[in-house]
Amino acid sequence: MNTNRGDIRRNLDWLTIFLYGFLVLLGWTAIYSAGYDAAHTGIFDMEAEHAKQLVWIGICTLLAVVILNIEGEFFIRFSPISYLLSLLLLIAVLFIGKKIGGARSWFGVGAFSIQPSEFAKTATALFLAWYVTRTGIKFNALSTRLIAAIILAIPAGLILLQPDAGTVLVFSGFVLALYREGLSGNILLAGFGAVVLAVVAILSGAAIIDYPFYGEQSGIWTMMIVMLLFGILGVFFVRSFVLPRKRKRVFRILAFSLVGALAFSYTTYVGIEQILQPHQRERIYVLFGMEVSNPDADYNIRHAKAAIGSGGWFGKGYLNGPMTRYDFVPEQNTDFIFCTIGEEWGLFGSLIVVAMFVVLILRLIHLAERQRSQFSRVYGYSVASILFMHMLINIGMVLGVAPVIGIPLPFFSYGGSSLMGFTILLFIMIRLDAERYSVFR
Amino acid sequence: MNFGNRRYIITAIILAFAFIFALRLLTLQVVSDSYKAKAAELTEEKIRIYPSRGLVYDRNGELLVANRAIYDLMVVPRKTKAFDTLAFGELVNMTVDELRVELKKARKYSRHKASVIKKQIDPDIYARISEKLHRYPGFFAQARTVRSYQKGLGAHVLGDYAEAGPSEIEKDHYYRSGDYIGKSGIEMTYEKELRGKKGAKYVLVDVRNNVQESLSEGKYDTSAVAGKDLYITIDAELQAYAELLMSNKMGSIVAIEPATGEILTLVSAPSFDPNLLVGSNRGENFRKLQVDSLKPLYNRATQGLYRPGSIFKMVQSLVALQRGSITKDTRIACNRGIIGCHGSHSFDDLEGAIIHSCNPYFHQVFKRMIEPGETTNRFKDSQIGIGRWNSDIKKFGFGSNLGSDIPGIKEGNVPNQKYYDRIYGELGWAFSTIYSMSIGEGELLINPLQMANLAAIIANRGWYHAPHVIKSIGDEGKPERFLEKMNTGVNEEYFTTVVNAMEKVVAQDGGTARRARIEGITVCGKTGTVQNEPYPDHSVFIAFAPKDNPKIAISVYVEYSVFGGTWAAPIASLLIEKYLNDSISDPTKEERIIEQSFGMPKKK
Repeated sequence: MNTNRGDIRRNLDWLTIFLYGFLVLLGWTAIYSAGYDAAHTGIFDMEAEHAKQLVWIGICTLLAVVILNIEGEFFIRFSPISYLLSLLLLIAVLFIGKKIGGARSWFGVGAFSIQPSEFAKTATALFLAWYVTRTGIKFNALSTRLIAAIILAIPAGLILLQPDAGTVLVFSGFVLALYREGLSGNILLAGFGAVVLAVVAILSGAAIIDYPFYGEQSGIWTMMIVMLLFGILGVFFVRSFVLPRKRKRVFRILAFSLVGALAFSYTTYVGIEQILQPHQRERIYVLFGMEVSNPDADYNIRHAKAAIGSGGWFGKGYLNGPMTRYDFVPEQNTDFIFCTIGEEWGLFGSLIVVAMFVVLILRLIHLAERQRSQFSRVYGYSVASILFMHMLINIGMVLGVAPVIGIPLPFFSYGGSSLMGFTILLFIMIRLDAERYSVFR
Repeated sequence: MNFGNRRYIITAIILAFAFIFALRLLTLQVVSDSYKAKAAELTEEKIRIYPSRGLVYDRNGELLVANRAIYDLMVVPRKTKAFDTLAFGELVNMTVDELRVELKKARKYSRHKASVIKKQIDPDIYARISEKLHRYPGFFAQARTVRSYQKGLGAHVLGDYAEAGPSEIEKDHYYRSGDYIGKSGIEMTYEKELRGKKGAKYVLVDVRNNVQESLSEGKYDTSAVAGKDLYITIDAELQAYAELLMSNKMGSIVAIEPATGEILTLVSAPSFDPNLLVGSNRGENFRKLQVDSLKPLYNRATQGLYRPGSIFKMVQSLVALQRGSITKDTRIACNRGIIGCHGSHSFDDLEGAIIHSCNPYFHQVFKRMIEPGETTNRFKDSQIGIGRWNSDIKKFGFGSNLGSDIPGIKEGNVPNQKYYDRIYGELGWAFSTIYSMSIGEGELLINPLQMANLAAIIANRGWYHAPHVIKSIGDEGKPERFLEKMNTGVNEEYFTTVVNAMEKVVAQDGGTARRARIEGITVCGKTGTVQNEPYPDHSVFIAFAPKDNPKIAISVYVEYSVFGGTWAAPIASLLIEKYLNDSISDPTKEERIIEQSFGMPKKK
């Protein structure tokens, strides 16, 4: 593995680097606009967030250069250590972290704050790739899958304790990478089924139905009774139409999915109605267009949609969006940064941003597929999946098609941890890809 | 096993979600307009600039109605911070409960737009509040313009200027909740001229409702146009004198300048000081006036409908002369069998009949008109007669609003065939059924403005201008329609007889209106006493003076005061004297009138 610098530069995927640069710079212009004040236009006014972000961009550029100069082998060997390190940080943050917005997700270091979960994503991706590609590991063995699940579950569980539901959801993206490695396609079906069940459970759980003998109770019971009836119907169906020798197997699948579905629906119901904070519950109700008691429950999303919707075909022009400039949109330079694009650049600009993300993600899949090293492939898919989940949740949220869950839009949102996390995540892949001809595995 | 194909499934999933986003963006940004409207509603604000309302001057340039500031206490719920409601309530004179209710209402309306918490705070009270208001963020005072009546008179003519109600806002979108509008009188008729035109400034506001910049560099801004001042035909001095003479009485006075139709004075008694309906006590005062059993809010001069009584005999004379039913020399025996009479006379000509107010004479005159002898069937004959008579009478403006600019005039009733058919059935009536109209009684109803207009018609010998109160809008003069002459269709020569008779009613020693005599001025008038069972009679008097080239025509109606000659005639004469001579020669006469009071009487 003696790769000289010349080779690396020649083999770098400049398209990915260009997309990264484009998104980061466009993100910076959006941050500048969101905080724009006609009286203070100085780019280097260190009070302003756009100036701080500029510093972060500089740091990340250096970081990218450093990463590109580290041999890929280092990242592979470093994987277990980085994973353990990030677990330690995730545990530590629960005890000594700063509480911001009800969650303990940040370390406060002087004027700066660092969010360990941003780095945990990279570490988990590295360690997962390291584990499933170890010599002697058979991916289709149940134990391998269980351990892979545990590798994902530990950081996800720690992050859930902060609590930061958005980042936890991002972790479900790893399923796509594992699916590529041979996880049964049923996992995708199960995922789809879970989304459908969750929606039905939320809707029926919030409904109040007048039951005979029991009076007014939640509609979740109706849903569960209906599912049971379908199960019984299924039994008769199997008896009449399935060959006897196959019956046992079909019964098992039927029983397994029925119990799973019942348990999942009920857990969702309890989770929404009893575990979630009232404001979180209302955000979910708002998403489904249900009545909520607090008139401001949908304040964020109402204003976000108004900002994007007012953009029209080509937007109101750069620095000319009153919804974002005059603070109508909350968190306008972090989680709701996409609103600035929507308002100022219209459908045209919004579609370009969405397209850039899609091209970047598809490019990463392409890079992953051309690797000879399985490690690089798993890692590549993980990077693509993480970016995809972020885009899905963040843009879905501001468009009002996903619940309001605060996670940043990669490369766009203001914040050093997030930009650094994504830079490291992406540039490790670029470095691994640049070495693709030197790997003999 | 090779799972390479799964790449395409994953790609498909990603593209599917991207497609959903693209569709969603398309509907949000291009297809739907509601988000654009929502954003505009949030970020754009129209700041209205209110012009000053036109002032009102009398015919001699005396200021009658001016503007003054009053304050509404407003709140922007988002900007408020926790505060001591008890102390604040004390400051603005509200109970904590009232305050809580108003704050809740305001929050419900909008969290970031201003709502009224307390209306119409007088300037002296506002001065006290304003010193401390800065301690309560989110609260501020908005100045509004209300009216200030310099002389406290003419409430019924000037009318009411108050907050527009929901139906007025619905009808004309110029008005917003909290805006003021003319509700009656000239404030209503000339609302568009008085109000001017609101200006607007469009600005962009931030989420805290602070103005940030003007929208599109003020491209859509408009400036306010001040309302026009009104010069009205009322003579403030005469109006004040008329109100004084009517104190403690019920009824009305209308004086018109015959040559122009300009209303010099219009009094409805009892009246009230219009300043009572301005400011923080408006609600309470309005309620008091509303429940007053003498109905001071009601404009008797234009809405009070009365039977005219004997003054109607002049109208009967004029239309009968024009139709040729009689001549001035026609003599009719005073046969008191069918209808009563008074005084000693037996076989008067027309002039005598007017002077003596001979009832049997006019019974006969009316009979000649209603049963003209066109057919032998007296029922059918009466149909023909009443049709002609009705159209003749209407030319005097009876049964109409006279085309005046005073709003809300009750037109009265001049019966026609249809009217009687409805009561008695077709061919169920004839002259004998309706004869009491011959002397101004029966179903005939007219208002005091029409009575004064009758005096003006006789003064002009046959025509009138629509009686009006506008003399000039700004410096544009009055509307064209008030310059148009309305003709009664009765020849001038027939008026001579009537005018001579009216002169003698006042001047002759036995005349019923001798109390209307004024040294050096020839007053022509006619008294009336209108039956009002079971209450005492109303007294009425119409007059004009001087006889030649008349300057003033007047009607005085005093409810329950019995004889027209005793009360209505001297009131009219005092006003004529005041207007023509600017002084009163007989102070005892004046004293007698002012001291007299006619309240609501008991049944006879």
